[in-house]
Amino acid sequence: MRDRQVSPGARRAREFQAFVAGAAGRLLHAATLLTAEAPDDNPRARRLLAVSLAHTYAYWDQLHGDDPYDRTRQYLATRFAREAWHRHGGGLGRGRRRPAGRLGGLTPQERLILVLRLYEGVAEEQAAALLGLPVERVRTICDRATATLLHPPAEPSRPVAEPKAATS
Amino acid sequence: MNRPQREAAARRIMEQSPPRVPPELYADAVRRGGRVLRRRTAVRRLLWVVLAAVVVAFTVWALTVRPWVEPPSETTPPVTGWEGW
Repeated sequence: MRDRQVSPGARRAREFQAFVAGAAGRLLHAATLLTAEAPDDNPRARRLLAVSLAHTYAYWDQLHGDDPYDRTRQYLATRFAREAWHRHGGGLGRGRRRPAGRLGGLTPQERLILVLRLYEGVAEEQAAALLGLPVERVRTICDRATATLLHPPAEPSRPVAEPKAATS
Repeated sequence: MNRPQREAAARRIMEQSPPRVPPELYADAVRRGGRVLRRRTAVRRLLWVVLAAVVVAFTVWALTVRPWVEPPSETTPPVTGWEGW
């Protein structure tokens, strides 16, 4: 009885530790891109990743052969989307300061799609299903975000309609 | 620039300067995840206790009330004294 209680926990802890050792770097980078924080000052990204990893840990025994990296990334993305939505919906009065990171000029949704599609290499269909958006919309947002990232508008407060993306 | 080139350039920008993983991340995740696991175990245990209590209560009620026994009729008055006819 005692053995049955202890060994799954120990096995889970061992496997989870190996998973975190391998995946945390890339996931933290993705989370930091999402929150648009500076790489050396990213409390929001750390918290987001810790919560997502905790979720994966809690459901480790019920993965049923699913990739834990995929599951963590999914949870991270949906949680970020939810937080961004709440922030945007309720937090307009808080003053929208421009985030410091490299993707600071983009909206949270643009960052999310850009990171999922290009940094993580998630297929358009999967990203669309994950976020509950049509595939065309994901492609449009991804193109717009890429254009904004490569050619940041001169005025940060007023993103201009991208003339360069129209040439594709 | 065509689309693959633009995407590759965006990817390169995003790959720059990866953040350092804080050493306490693993312990933090295990602590939070363990809390979720414990809470789930507690909820499951509570549900089992409630289920057991319901079963016991129903059994006791059934054994005392015996709802399957036909109740004595109350509509017909008892016939008495018919031998005198």
